[in-house]
Formats: sequence, structure tokens, C-alpha cells
Amino acid sequence: MSRPNTGDPHHIDVKEFHPRARAAIADPRIRQNFRKAMDGLITKRKDAFAEWDLEALRDLGANIRLRALANLPDLLEQLEQKLTENGVKVHWAIDGDEACRIVRDICVARNAKTVIKGKSMVSEEMELNHYLEERGIKALESDLGEYIVQLAGETPSHIIMPAIHKNTGEISELMHEKTGTDLSNDVEYLTASARQQLREKFMNADVGVSGVNFAVAETGTLCLVENEGNGRMTTTVPPCHIAVTGIEKVVGSLNDVAPLLALLTRSATGQHITTYFNMISGPRKPEELDGPEEVHLVLVDNGRSTIYQDDELLDTLRCIRCGACMNHCPVYTRVGGHAYGTTYPGPIGKILMPHLIGLDEGRHLPTASSLCGACGEVCPVKIPIPDLLVRLRQESVDGDKLNPAKVRGHGAKRGTLEALVWKGWSWMHARPGVYRFGTAVAARLRMLQPGRLGGWTQYRTAPRLAAKTLHERMKEREQ
Amino acid sequence: MADPIKVYPPKPSHVYFYATCLIDMFYPDAGMAGIQLLEREGIKVVFPENQTCCGQPAYTSGYHDEARAVARAQLDLFPEDWPIVVPSGSCGGMMHKHYPGLFKYTGEEAKAKEIAARTWELTDFLLNACHIRLEDLGDPTTIAMHTSCSARREMGVAEVGPKLISQLKNVNLVEQVRAEECCGFGGTFAVRHPEISGAMVSEKVDTLTDTGTKAFVTTDCGCLMNIAGYAEKNRKPLTGQHILSFLWERTNAGKGGES
Repeated sequence: MSRPNTGDPHHIDVKEFHPRARAAIADPRIRQNFRKAMDGLITKRKDAFAEWDLEALRDLGANIRLRALANLPDLLEQLEQKLTENGVKVHWAIDGDEACRIVRDICVARNAKTVIKGKSMVSEEMELNHYLEERGIKALESDLGEYIVQLAGETPSHIIMPAIHKNTGEISELMHEKTGTDLSNDVEYLTASARQQLREKFMNADVGVSGVNFAVAETGTLCLVENEGNGRMTTTVPPCHIAVTGIEKVVGSLNDVAPLLALLTRSATGQHITTYFNMISGPRKPEELDGPEEVHLVLVDNGRSTIYQDDELLDTLRCIRCGACMNHCPVYTRVGGHAYGTTYPGPIGKILMPHLIGLDEGRHLPTASSLCGACGEVCPVKIPIPDLLVRLRQESVDGDKLNPAKVRGHGAKRGTLEALVWKGWSWMHARPGVYRFGTAVAARLRMLQPGRLGGWTQYRTAPRLAAKTLHERMKEREQ
Repeated sequence: MADPIKVYPPKPSHVYFYATCLIDMFYPDAGMAGIQLLEREGIKVVFPENQTCCGQPAYTSGYHDEARAVARAQLDLFPEDWPIVVPSGSCGGMMHKHYPGLFKYTGEEAKAKEIAARTWELTDFLLNACHIRLEDLGDPTTIAMHTSCSARREMGVAEVGPKLISQLKNVNLVEQVRAEECCGFGGTFAVRHPEISGAMVSEKVDTLTDTGTKAFVTTDCGCLMNIAGYAEKNRKPLTGQHILSFLWERTNAGKGGES
């Protein structure tokens, strides 16, 4: 299940979704860890919004994100200008590799050997840790979940709670093996042990790398939510702070932040606010006693500007990365985050990853959903996730001549036989006479109906055709 | 941006009955029950003979050209301005929510929108347009209900089934845990991802039987064949029925109905 950081984005074959999903479903520990965690998160979210007009807040959140996206080019320019005025150096990266190079160049210029990291999914997308390690720079994760995942040589299984696939016992064993921590089921003891080890690293790190939750264009402020204080330390203790983020994270003004923050923390963990909320506006000023000497922001595109060009797919970029869609997803809850084999798992991963890795590579992602709609129902910024899944299914089979597919790698899933089956199905159902004849014949021959229907009858009995169709019964009724 | 508020039509003289292909072939009793419930309300039920399938299986599989061809064949079935009632949240959702998008920028866009606007899930229509009053003639019983995801989230009728059942004085409705979670049907999903779907339906059956009931009703035949089919194959003490069959049976005992 684990996905070692080899730096090769294709090391995990995304197409091998099925074997990994099967293995996860057969593993009671994984099933139990996810079910328990997701049930808890669902309840916490519900309680956190109990006193709010959630629909109104979601509408507001969606509108703020839509407005920001509508003005994205201008906001990004404004952000760069403001940050530059504030003394922050802004870099632009077309993809993950370029973003990695920028981070490395900053490290090299400072002769930096160690990097301490706050939680950042974009850095996972870039596979930054591995990139740096290959070039002699050690990157250590300081978020507790990321730290555990890094110790295990794995990748996050959830975008908010990276080690959610492990229970306390598994974490204790891992820490015992890797760091010599005594075996214990006491969460506080394990946390204290990790904190002790990390504290020293913070003091000695040459560079701190963090993500960004909201980048405010009007003021040039980088907002960062976190619960452990590691984000604050990452961004203030080392002499150099590099923030990395996707270009879609920009919002217009600080007024936009409050509703999004209210939605983000409640949707993610059911918290009214996180323990820490950092607003970073630049490096240490001459009269200030602490803070980094240098602050950088790396704005990563990595496929986002291509998504931006399509009016429907654009909605993908509204995401504020709360993880509520995966917490409520019945598929994610069963298979866990690693089965997807992608940086972002769950519903948001299914609609985002095809753009990042190509729809050929990610062809199984859009189908791994019952389209139950739970994700869209809880999304704090109202991303129509089920509709986007259907759109990507269409793209993956080049299924719509009126709206030709455009996502990279489209059409890869179109199989000759399946296309033929749907053509035949369509031919019959578009001809009422043929349909009535066919279904009436099937009803007559129902004794010959096969008892085994592939994957269906692996778990269920086959549905039984009725002796007469409703069409026939209605016809008889008229007479 | 918020979902538009539903404005129910007054109780009409006529409705179009769009049966759905699953009911046509596998559960015609549920279709008959729906028709009889409507007729008992004094409504003339028109069953367009040329109806086939709403097109959803191809649509959700990504074959939109094929889905559009089938959907197009349904657009001409409803010439009068009568409401179109569908005994399924899923097929109702396809027509109500997705037809306008499927026909966007085509000559049929206006027609698709017009049809979408008067398409109703049948239990919702019975409760909120017909204001049906149910007189329970059955023996005391306990049941659970599974509202399909499409009925719940696309058609917004999660409250309707329980409200209808609450009119039946001898029926005790129990609620399973995680009632709002998908049963794992998802159309072709159940065949493309059998293990995931199987894991979902097995838990759904467990939560239903954990309530102590031996019977459940549902709004959609997809969920019905999934949940009841799993229970049957795995010898779980649980049987299922379409909610329309259940409502008709409870209120028509001994009257020799057609279903």
C-alpha cells in the first residue's frame, strides 16, 4: 500500500487502482481505521456547523472563490506586486519540476543543507522531498502526520490527516522502530516524543518550507492554518522561509478570508478555528526581533492554467483543500487514500488528478464513484463534483461529439467493445418499437436469463425479469 | 446559486407516467402501484407507449452521444403541459437535472428545459402536489427505508418517504445508522468496481438488519435490486420493496388491486 517517494511520478501505477482497492477492502485494519476516523469527522463537521446557516455560508464561499477565479490573472499580478513591496520574493513555476528547481536554487544560494517543512500538499504534488534529497538537501516533515508518513516511507493518505490510515498502535511501533521511542498507546507521550525530536531540527534548519491556504492579493498576505505550531515555527525560526502554493489559492482581500476560513476549518476537522492561524506579510524588518531574513513565494501552475481555460472544469479550482469530500465519500472510506495512487485522493483527487497526470494515466479515477453526491453536498465552496466526474467520464471515452474532449490523455478509456455495446443499446432504446419487442421477448424467455452476471452476482442475486413488462400490462389494461 | 425553491403545481387532471426501464422490465408491480395511487387521487394517468429509457446509463458512463439519442426519443412523449411523474429519484434526476445540460446548444434545448421543469419524483408529487392522505389497512409492522442518493440529493425528497410512511398508523419506521450513505449501486459502478460496491452494500444490509427489522422500502429500483439482491445471495433476513408497492399494499388490502 505504501508509496515510497522515488521521485518518479509514475512509480505508483495509478492504473493499478483495482488491486490496491481490493487489498484495502480485504484489510480489516484499514477498513476500521478509515471508517472510525471518517465517522468521527462527519459528526464533528455537522456539530461545528450546527448554529450556522450553512447553505448561505456555502453560497458565500462559492461566490468568493468564483470571483477570485474570474479575476485570477489580475489578482496574481496584484499579489506579486504587493508581496514584492513587502519584501517577499515571488517565483513562478510552470510545473512541479520547475518549482523544485526554484526551491533548490534558493537553498543552494544560502548554502542550506537542511529544510524543515510544514504541511503542504503542493510540495507533495512537486515531490519536493525526494528532489531535494537526491541533491544532498535533507527535508524533514514537521507536521505530526507528515512526520509519521515520512518515517514510514509512505505518502499521505488524506490531504488534512496524512497518517489517518494508521492507528495509535501502528504509529507507536513505527516510532519505536525508527526513533527508539518506547512502545506506548499514550497519544500524548508519542506526540511529546515527536515534538522533542522535531524541536531540535527546527533550531538547526537552514530553510523552512510551508504551504499557503489563502494568498491575499490586496495586502500581500500569506495565510496558513495549522494546529501544532509547527507551521509557525517553520515560517519564523529558520532564517529563510519558502512558501509554495498553487496559483488558484489567491483571493482578493482580507474580507474574503474570514468566510473561507470559517468554512475551511469546520469542514475539515469540525474546528471553529485552528489552534494557529498565521498571516505572513514579509521578512523580518530591521526593528523586529525575530522572523526570517528572507521570504519567498513559489506560485505553481502544474496544469492549473489549462483547467482554467474551460468554463466547467474551472470549478475544480475553487477547492480550498478541506478534505470534507473524502471524509464523506463512501468509496474513500472503504479503500482509503493510498488505493488511488495519487497525490490527492478521494473525490477532489478524482476530478483534479486527471489534469495533473493526464486522463490516460488517471482513466480509472472518474469511474471510481457511485455518483452518490455526498461530496458535492458537503463541499464548502459548492464544487459540483459529481457533474465534473461525469464530464471526465465523457472525456475519458471521447463520448460527446457536440462537446469534444480536451483534457490531456482524453479518449484513452474508449474500448471498441464497450463503445459498440453502448451504440447497440442506444439504437434499441431510441426505437420504441424495437424496445417494446425486445423487452417483451426477454420477458417470455426469462427462464433462460443467466444467473451469473459478472461482478454483480459475485455479491448479489441476479435481478429477475418480470413475466410481463409494464408496457404489456398497460396495453392489456386499455383493452 | 442556491438550489431553486420547489414550486409544486396544483393537483392536475392528468399526469404523464414515465415508468423507467427498470420498472418496465423488472418491477412492473411498483409501476402499477404508482399508477393506482395516482388514479385513486382522481388523476388520469397517461402512459406514453413510446417511452423507453431516460438515457442515464449511457450518460453516467460518459457515452453522451448515445445518451442524447435515447433521451431525444423521450422528448416528444409529453405534448400536453401535464406534469411528468417518475417512480424513481435516479431517472427523475436525469430528466430534471441533466436533460438541460445534455441538450445545451442543440435545437432541443428549450424543449429539454421545459420537460425538466415539470418532471417530478412520484412520492414527492403524491405528498406535495396531490396532498395524498393514506389510510392504513395493514397489520402492525416495522420497516426501514433507504432513500436513494439521487432522490435525496438530486431531487431533494429525503423527507418525503418518511412523511408518507408516518401517515400509516400501523407502520413503525426505524432508521438505520448512516441512513444517508450510498448503498453502493451507482449503475455501472456496481459492475466496474464490484469489490467496492460489494463492500458498500454489505455494510448497508448490516445497518438495515441491525435495526431489527426484516423489511425495507426504497425509492429506487437500482438500490432495491442491489440491497435485496445482496441480502438474498448472502441469506440475510431482509427483504425489500419499492415504496410505491408498499404504500399501495398497505392502503388497498383486500380490495383486489392489480398489483
